[in-house]
Amino acid sequence: MGTGKHEKGKCRDVFALLSEYLDRELTPQTCAEIEAHLAGCPPCIEFLNSLKRTVRLCHDCEGGEKPRPLTPEQRDKLMAAYRTYLTSNRG
Amino acid sequence: MAASDTRDEVALARDLIAGEPGAFDRFVEVFRSKIFHYAQTVCGRREDAEEVAQDTLLKVFSNFGQLREPERVKAWVFRIARNECLMRRRKSVFAPTQELSLDDFLPHQDQDDGRRLEIADWSALPDDQALREELKEVVHAAIGKLPEIYRAVMTLRDIEELSTEETADVLDISVEAVKTRLHRARLSVRQKLEEYMKGARAGGRR
Repeated sequence: MGTGKHEKGKCRDVFALLSEYLDRELTPQTCAEIEAHLAGCPPCIEFLNSLKRTVRLCHDCEGGEKPRPLTPEQRDKLMAAYRTYLTSNRG
Repeated sequence: MAASDTRDEVALARDLIAGEPGAFDRFVEVFRSKIFHYAQTVCGRREDAEEVAQDTLLKVFSNFGQLREPERVKAWVFRIARNECLMRRRKSVFAPTQELSLDDFLPHQDQDDGRRLEIADWSALPDDQALREELKEVVHAAIGKLPEIYRAVMTLRDIEELSTEETADVLDISVEAVKTRLHRARLSVRQKLEEYMKGARAGGRR
């Protein structure tokens, strides 16, 4: 993978693994190799940081538009199914 | 954030199993909103998403006895929601599936000197609430434009914060496919945000 310096091929290798790196899904050895490359490659660090911000913004997107309120009929149907479950669960 | 949310959802599932007063309405409130959001992202239409939310919850309550591990409640609910979405596939939204290529997002593939990269200044991302809301809109729009296979993965992993394994289970795909699709989806959304920020700066926004 690469050490230190901005080189097209190395950057591409690192680039392909950045999400897994952020998600801590890589082996310690691969992480160390990536970090060794990042240490000398400001563009890759900058890119990594922008990807991190993107993921954080996505996390903030939970919620968003809301459905219309549940109608009494819809709630009744769901409640009936739940009651059936509770009855069979206790029986 | 994600860990405490997950604990809340698991606690909610346990309360529901125990028949605790109030658990039903809390569960419906929390999960209806999540299912609606997922379905709207995947199906595209508000009416479909509301229908998916109702039908999913009906199946959830009817089959609650099949939930063996309350710890997995969220993945279990989303798996049912995913099937409900599949039943409502609309050609206009689901086809054709276009693969995103990693190379399309490489910022410096044609440059020898990476230090001249044109990456927008992300360190200046606003703390200002109004601008954050604006960027969230950009993210929503960017996710909405992704091909369906990427949209679903990104919604489950980065918005609902399911694990890679849970997402693979919900979508019936391999863990490797989740990782590949998630990375490409993130790169695509990142690119849209970057374009937006460059445009905002060029327009004298900040």
